[in-house]
Amino acid sequence: MTETLKISNLHVAVEGKPILSGVNLTIHRGEVHALMGPNGSGKSTLAGAIMGHPKLEITEGTIELDGRSILEWDTSERARAGVFMAFQRPMAIPGVKMADFLRHATTNVRYPSRKEGEQLIPMREFRKELREKMAQLRMDEEFARRYVNDGFSGGEMKRAEILQMAMLRPKFAVLDETDSGLDVDAVKLASQSIAEIGGAEMGILIITHHDRLLEHNVPDFTHVMLGGRIVETGGVELARELYTEGYDQVRARHPEDAAIEKEMTSIEKKVASGAA
Amino acid sequence: MATDLQTMPLDSQDVLGEINKYNFVTETHGIFKARKGLNEHIVSEISEMKREPAWMRDFRLNALKVFESKPMPRWGGAINIDFQDIYYYLKPTTHQGKTWDDVPQEIKETFDKLGIPEAEKKFLAGVKAQFESEVVYGSLSEDLAKKGVIFTDTDTAVREHGDLVREYIGTIIPPEDNKFAALNSAVWSGGSFIYVPKGVKIEFPLQAYFRINAERMGQFERTFIIVDEGAEVHYVEGCTAPMYSSESLHSAVVEIIVRRGARCRYTTIQNWANNIYNLVTKRAVAYGDSLMEWIDGNLGSRLTMKYPAVYMMEPGARGEILSIAFASKGQHQDAGAKVVHCAPHTKSRIISKSISKNGGRSSYRGLCKVQDGAVGSKSSVVCDALILDPRSRSDTYPYIEVEEQDVQVEHEASVSRIGEEQLFYLKSRGLTEAEASSMIVSGFIEPLVKELPMEYAVEMNRLIELQMEGSVG
Ligand SMILES: Nc1ncnc2c1ncn2[C@@H]1O[C@H](COP(=O)(O)OP(=O)(O)O)[C@@H](O)[C@H]1O
Ligand SMILES: [Mg+2]
Repeated sequence: MTETLKISNLHVAVEGKPILSGVNLTIHRGEVHALMGPNGSGKSTLAGAIMGHPKLEITEGTIELDGRSILEWDTSERARAGVFMAFQRPMAIPGVKMADFLRHATTNVRYPSRKEGEQLIPMREFRKELREKMAQLRMDEEFARRYVNDGFSGGEMKRAEILQMAMLRPKFAVLDETDSGLDVDAVKLASQSIAEIGGAEMGILIITHHDRLLEHNVPDFTHVMLGGRIVETGGVELARELYTEGYDQVRARHPEDAAIEKEMTSIEKKVASGAA
Repeated sequence: MATDLQTMPLDSQDVLGEINKYNFVTETHGIFKARKGLNEHIVSEISEMKREPAWMRDFRLNALKVFESKPMPRWGGAINIDFQDIYYYLKPTTHQGKTWDDVPQEIKETFDKLGIPEAEKKFLAGVKAQFESEVVYGSLSEDLAKKGVIFTDTDTAVREHGDLVREYIGTIIPPEDNKFAALNSAVWSGGSFIYVPKGVKIEFPLQAYFRINAERMGQFERTFIIVDEGAEVHYVEGCTAPMYSSESLHSAVVEIIVRRGARCRYTTIQNWANNIYNLVTKRAVAYGDSLMEWIDGNLGSRLTMKYPAVYMMEPGARGEILSIAFASKGQHQDAGAKVVHCAPHTKSRIISKSISKNGGRSSYRGLCKVQDGAVGSKSSVVCDALILDPRSRSDTYPYIEVEEQDVQVEHEASVSRIGEEQLFYLKSRGLTEAEASSMIVSGFIEPLVKELPMEYAVEMNRLIELQMEGSVG
């Protein structure tokens, strides 16, 4: 049996406000899924729910890894079980060097039973591997000595996320707009690297608005999210339709979800203008 | 003779972060213990015990009067000390060792546990180890001794370099400065006396280690450093004590003179038990084109009040003060810095980082003063506070007095809380909550820690980790 990440009837709320309402999605290891949808439709919320963001409240449904619910698992446990997420907006950790952070993370993920304070993987071995991975991503060695995401450009942050994925070798990875902020060549390289790292090994969920990241990661399935639900699932041709023609046709095909979407985003606009 | 090192069991309620390595009591047989309490008789007795000249006894007695006339400091934290319930002088051994084998076994084992002899072998140019009131071990590399470097305990200095001590003691910090400087002047014992002759650059640090062992003990070391023209020295002090249920008092005075073109770096890494009142006065005067640096790591203690100062006396003098304070449960770190620009074109920099956790409280209290006529002087103050939980607290009290127009004075302060998003990010990479907050904290102090020599950076990081380990609950 191949390993599976299975999301069933997932309902998620933030501060009492429902965001996702009944998401179903099953990813097997080795598959590439694309997740598309207009801004504010709930894509990042789904990613966050998979990783166990503390602010997200699961009101209904399940997330299972190989048949076991992970809802009660701490974020750290999920990471150690092989779940990864490349953040849309990675956090800066000033004063902590990329290399130190990654050595710690890599050790924990590769040796999930490691206790706090126990040994890290040997420096030499780790450095060698990190250097190789960085070369593959055409990152300067200097990068390892910089503080995590501190003062990184948008592009550097996204490449750092891919580097982390490469080191952690997850079973399942959610890439949340990993192409945004990258220029054309960088996206190409990213796309290639993800394919090389992932290959047949990972189950990948790629959240994107464009086609470039998919170039070397041709999706087996494309999902469209609208108003907090996955409203359509198709093959690579659906992705093509969406990035060439936008979401209006999808909205037309799903008027009820489009209405919910409108409501969600209008609340957001009101909040935004109220705060201004 | 009993020579057992007893390790006190840690109370399971103890989440104070003061962990095993420092928390043991050495059973000793002090050869002289002054009676508890403080009066003229006890002060004279201490002076007699030390066979001091009359001028020193008079210095002490005068200081006692000043102490009695001074009010408690009105700033800082609550000080609940019964001055009559403290031992002011405890002599642990008959003589000072020149090799560790000369040191009584049980005391040697104490310092072994604290890793001092090992560090000495590896990277120190000289060591003083003070146990209770007296320095029990002292060494200085032969090479430095030949060059005329003096590194001795202050009691020996009174005997062997009496004129120097008499000329300078109390000139930088007179007993009248504050109540605790007066107290130290009255009952001081031990501490380091250092003289670095003109042009002598000491490559490796000189280290002193201060250990309080007995309960209700007061430790009052007196340190004096003179760095002559063009000379350089790095002096490091470490301090620890075991945990008792009653309070002890550590009240040191450190006076430093940095002559023209000289450099002095004074690093403190203190990790006091949580029942220690740590009320210390440290001040340096820096002359033309010299550099005085204070690096101050304040961990532990019930209350620390400490504001290392640099008075820049002549053009081109510089003062730098880097301080880290970590306040955990039941602790108040009222720490900071003072820079006083008395001459034109002097330059100072203060960087202060504080961490408050588990209900701890840290305050930055700093003075930047630019005197009339100190044209072209520059001062920059940056203080950052990191608060780990809602029960903890941080305050900033900057005092800025500028009497001159043509100067540049900058002050920046920031307070941040460990963010949920930062923790989530690190946890999503497999770090536990505790590892994640530890990492954020070590990143927070990194800009300071990287200024330390390797060995001390490692030690500082380790101490911070110990403090973080106690953070559950
Ligand atoms: N932490 C949060 N607090 C409040 N509202 C949130 C939070 N995160 C997401 N939302 C809301 O949830 C909705 C979906 O957001 P998101 O998942 O980021 O969408 P997408 O990634 O598809 O652009 C939006 O209306 C957004 O305002
Ligand atoms: Mg998003």
